[in-house]
Amino acid sequence: MLRRFLVTLITVLVLIPAAAQAHKPSDSYLTLAEDQGALTGQWDIALRDLYYALGLDANDDGAITRGELKARRDAVAAYALARLKISAENKVCALRPTEQLVARHSDGAYAVLRFAAACPAAVERLEVSYRLFFDLDPQHRGLLQLVQGEANESAIFSPEAPVQSFTLGTPRPWRQLRTYLWEGVWHIWIGFDHILFLLTLLLPAVLLRRDGAWRPVGGPRDAFGQVFKIVTAFTLAHSITLSLAALDVVALPSRLVESVIAASVVVAAINNLVPVVTRRLWIVAFAFGLIHGFGFAGVLADLDLPGGALLVSLLGFNLGVELGQLAIVAVFLPLAFLLRGTGFYPRVALPAGSLAVAGVATLWLIERAFNVAPLVAL
Amino acid sequence: MSIHNFNASWFDHFIRGCGMTVLILAGSILNPTAASAAPFVPSDNGEVLERLPTPSDAGQRELRRLRAELSKKPNNLDLALRLARRYITIGRTEADPRYYGYAEAALNPWWNLQVPPVEVLVLRAVLAQARHAFDAALADLGLVLDVDPRHAQAWLTRAFVLQVQGRPNEAGESCGRLPSGISPLIAATCRGRVESLSGRAAEGYARLEQALERSPDADKGLRLWALTNLAEIAGWRGDGVAAERHFRNALSLGLSDAYLLGAYADLLLDGDRPAEVRELLAGSIRVDALLLRLTLAETALGDPEAAGHVAALEARFAASRRRGDARHRREEARFTLQLLQRPAEALGLALENWQTQREPADARLVLEAARAAGAPDKAGPVLEWLEETGLEDTRIDALVQRLWEGEV
Repeated sequence: MLRRFLVTLITVLVLIPAAAQAHKPSDSYLTLAEDQGALTGQWDIALRDLYYALGLDANDDGAITRGELKARRDAVAAYALARLKISAENKVCALRPTEQLVARHSDGAYAVLRFAAACPAAVERLEVSYRLFFDLDPQHRGLLQLVQGEANESAIFSPEAPVQSFTLGTPRPWRQLRTYLWEGVWHIWIGFDHILFLLTLLLPAVLLRRDGAWRPVGGPRDAFGQVFKIVTAFTLAHSITLSLAALDVVALPSRLVESVIAASVVVAAINNLVPVVTRRLWIVAFAFGLIHGFGFAGVLADLDLPGGALLVSLLGFNLGVELGQLAIVAVFLPLAFLLRGTGFYPRVALPAGSLAVAGVATLWLIERAFNVAPLVAL
Repeated sequence: MSIHNFNASWFDHFIRGCGMTVLILAGSILNPTAASAAPFVPSDNGEVLERLPTPSDAGQRELRRLRAELSKKPNNLDLALRLARRYITIGRTEADPRYYGYAEAALNPWWNLQVPPVEVLVLRAVLAQARHAFDAALADLGLVLDVDPRHAQAWLTRAFVLQVQGRPNEAGESCGRLPSGISPLIAATCRGRVESLSGRAAEGYARLEQALERSPDADKGLRLWALTNLAEIAGWRGDGVAAERHFRNALSLGLSDAYLLGAYADLLLDGDRPAEVRELLAGSIRVDALLLRLTLAETALGDPEAAGHVAALEARFAASRRRGDARHRREEARFTLQLLQRPAEALGLALENWQTQREPADARLVLEAARAAGAPDKAGPVLEWLEETGLEDTRIDALVQRLWEGEV
């Protein structure tokens, strides 16, 4: 009896041929796609494996029909999704099944689970924990494709490596451009000192100083010409210094830069009240623009530029600043142009506006130069 | 290019090549589902999506019963070993690695212990061998034999692994250590195979043939194994008639065995009998190695099925590479050489396979690919090995003779 058992046992086990006369082993195919911050997934799981785990063959006839699979679709989704955990920035994303299909792979039919992942945090650093079938078949593998636009990353989950982290690749250039463009726009809008400086320079642009008195310019052409020169000079100047600073060619202490910016606003405002420079204001715009450029560079540095795409972000930021300025000009210019002929504009708007600006900018100057607490809350 | 058509004219090759190209192109256009996996919604509730291993089968029923029992008592070692052995047996005959995974799962509580029970170590070695992790298998077997130097299964598995690694002399030593109480047919099969791989083919053949005559009542599975080995040895010696007789005897035992089917199909392909291969393997498309042989037969016959099967094989090899699986190199090399007809690439795969597997079939692949790729010097390691082992294989001898002649 013992001998018989021994022989049977040996017979059974020695026969395993080394030649790979194999079926495909058990794999699942998981695709995660990130698009505009949204994360979706498709998971192809072999029906053979689902059968082993869940017993899909209701009538036990050795065949899984569509009806049998359909009847268990919720169970299939629940079983699979309970064994997949996706987290973004250490916060778990809720997985919601959206659709269930069937696909034929080279080794048989697979259930195709589509799902959406609702992540509480931005999808940048993903952690994927995969535990499907490892308890039933430790040779099972989860083959992950992580898709982000054109970029594609793959990974293999096994019982030895069930949890893996991914950093979604460096964003594509256009996306980066767009991001920094927006940062530029945003910064000019919240950067009151730049707006005030620009507006202060633009206030007299619809007027001409002649014989110690303000006169309205003739037509829109003249007004536009003046504004164009000022804005272009300012832009050109701060683009130059912004680039130089961002590329680490020139570095100035930020306290000095911020103080000089405040001073530039004061000077420009006083110049409107007690005109010293009345022609070629664009030279003033250029000169102070150089300083304002260093101010922008400080902001850009705080944004943590990705080293690889510095030029793209620089370009985007610059363009954003320009777009922000243009928006201000587009609102200001028609208004000022319409009011230029009224007595109100040169006698009230210009001096009162300039005085107010000078006041605020002086406070800024004190705050920044002497490093004191804010004197005016904005 | 398989051996049987070495003497065919260049025109014959040309026509076959053209036919194959057309078939493959047509396949990728007409049969996209074979390779890709576009999701769809099945139309009809009765549509069969997947066929399973027949659940009504007594073996499968027994498996289910054991599995249910073990899930209640997962720490029962005897039960776990019984179930694991069952799974391994089925995995072998069905050539389905999923069962090996199930076996591993059954042994999970002991799998990673510092010192697993001896029987778990043995099965761990057997499963490592099935995964082609030969060194891991030998390490585990070494541990077993340290504890129990008379462990028959361990010596036998060790002999088998060494034999696959192309180390017939060491394999022979392992066969020699099999305890005397073991079935003589097992011992004879172990020694006969190893002898015929190391320059003593006549001796090995006679030993095995005799042992078979003396064990008419041996277990069917064991006889099938011995007959398959005997047939292979006859084939290596160039006795196609005897080989066929032994294969047919093995088949007549009525057991399903993927290895037997593959080996017999190879004999038929070498004999230019593709129609019989197509008949033999008609239902075997699940098993990669058998699908490969079926597709070779279909190609030779100009069967339109071939194109879809080529695409399916390509997809399976791609999937296995994605998974980092080295098990399929032999098949992939043969596929690349004989079906895709990309000899340079095939040679690379054959040489890669040669790093882990060194059986006559692996040597033959390197030689065929090296010759077809016009790089006979790349076959150097194989020639050295042939010199060292003294393997007697008439087809390999013919290949070596023609190695420097180049082809087509």
